[in-house]
Amino acid sequence: MPVTETATTKIWQRRDRNRQIAIWAAQFIAVAIFMYCWQLVSDKTSWFFVFDAPRIAVDMVERMVPPKWSYMETLWRPIWDTIAIATLGTLMAVVMAFPIAFLAARNTTPSTAFVRPIALFLIVSSRSINSLLWALMLVTILGPGVLAGMLAIGFRSIGFCAKLLYEAIEEIDETQVEAVTATGASGLQILNYGIVPQILPAFAGISVFRWDINIRESAVLGLVGAGGIGLQLSASIDTVSWTQVSVILLVILATVLVSEWVSAKIRHAII
Amino acid sequence: MSLQRIWKRPPMIKSSLLRWSLVVGGTFYLALALGTMEVNWGRVADGLPRAERFVMAFFPPDFVSKFGAIMDGIYESLWMTVVSTVIGIALSVPIGLGAARNLAPRPVYLFSRGVLAVSRTFPEIIIALFAVKIFSFGPFAGIVALSIGTIGFYGKLLAEDIEDMSVSQAEAVKATGASWFQWLNYAVQPQVIPRMIGLAMYRFDINFRESAVLGIVGAGGIGATLLTSFDRYEYDTSAAILLIIIGIVMVVEYSSGYIRKWVR
Repeated sequence: MPVTETATTKIWQRRDRNRQIAIWAAQFIAVAIFMYCWQLVSDKTSWFFVFDAPRIAVDMVERMVPPKWSYMETLWRPIWDTIAIATLGTLMAVVMAFPIAFLAARNTTPSTAFVRPIALFLIVSSRSINSLLWALMLVTILGPGVLAGMLAIGFRSIGFCAKLLYEAIEEIDETQVEAVTATGASGLQILNYGIVPQILPAFAGISVFRWDINIRESAVLGLVGAGGIGLQLSASIDTVSWTQVSVILLVILATVLVSEWVSAKIRHAII
Repeated sequence: MSLQRIWKRPPMIKSSLLRWSLVVGGTFYLALALGTMEVNWGRVADGLPRAERFVMAFFPPDFVSKFGAIMDGIYESLWMTVVSTVIGIALSVPIGLGAARNLAPRPVYLFSRGVLAVSRTFPEIIIALFAVKIFSFGPFAGIVALSIGTIGFYGKLLAEDIEDMSVSQAEAVKATGASWFQWLNYAVQPQVIPRMIGLAMYRFDINFRESAVLGIVGAGGIGATLLTSFDRYEYDTSAAILLIIIGIVMVVEYSSGYIRKWVR
């Protein structure tokens, strides 16, 4: 605890001098970087449009009400597709993430020098590429449609699920594994009876969590033609049918809220 | 008569009725979902040679011929990320404080929670779609979208962290007669800041990845360059861009580990 003593009194300070100076320096650099970046933004922005924005926004909202509820009839199929993309994609992802997680976890990987880096690279590349980018690629390859969307969601989610799962595997209780090993179990039996039961709740939780995220993501995949409700959204925006847009937005909001509620319930039941 | 007892491991879901209805219902739904999926297999077969070309484009990727365009895009994505992360976090601090149940009065709490729920529901790309309509094309629209996304993410986690903080420390500082702001600065802030800096780095990472797609709807960043390269079938350039994105995400992830250690 840094305390400076003047002639008569002791003054408490939260940090000693060097640490305080380091923090000030870091803050100064951060502000400088921000100001520089803001300058670049400002150069590329036509401020006239920004100052005009409130009027446009009010105008847009006015055109959106009242929502054209009759449009709902054509939306049921896209909603079904959106949920199917998210569910099947998540399923595909967890099936593939399961072995990758075992290869990436430090305590179960067959070789730390060779297999583990490959598994980690797979995880990072799947995670760094947004599902819309995956969809963009898959649409050029497979053509527009639900299949491309499902695979895009799947590829994007592998990394996410595998990362959380391998962290769970690294945190397991080793004594249980030892106990199973002591019975003379084979490698696969150890996996099956020593490790898998310990990570199963985490595994189920991760899957449901990702499913919830995927509902949100599959709602926008239609923007690049990969099926789901995003297709109707971009079509309605392009044809400036704002009353349809508001219906779609409300539908997305409702779907997301319901899926969030479902996933919270399931995770609550598991943990 | 030999009594043989065979051990079976206990199932994860205890009630067998619930377990079997979940299995049957799940299978039924999956069959239905797969059955209603319309796949144009002819188009898929046509596309497969393209898949091969696409994979081959990674060996080697073409960093050189569109170097200027790629660098402009990456650079724009990076500064969009910096600005939107800073603005988003700056705005999410008051909202996060308001959304912490142990800090804020009831009406403020409900209002802040409402703001967080709305900004979390819509994906950044949909917000960007509307931001482009309102603010016209360009990075400003992207920054608005990313900042709103950041508020929802960061504000919620900040509020939860404040709700979980140790009450005894907060009481100790309050007992010295500290004012509200002193209390916030010396009791609340030190407890939440290490985790919050880690989360800020994580959000920076997310914002960078998101900024890579905002270009698809015209909101600036590397996405526009990427989309153009796809449309022009220049897959080797796309491969280069994707590799750069992966590289930057890896760098951010590793350096965030170091920064977190330094803060602690």
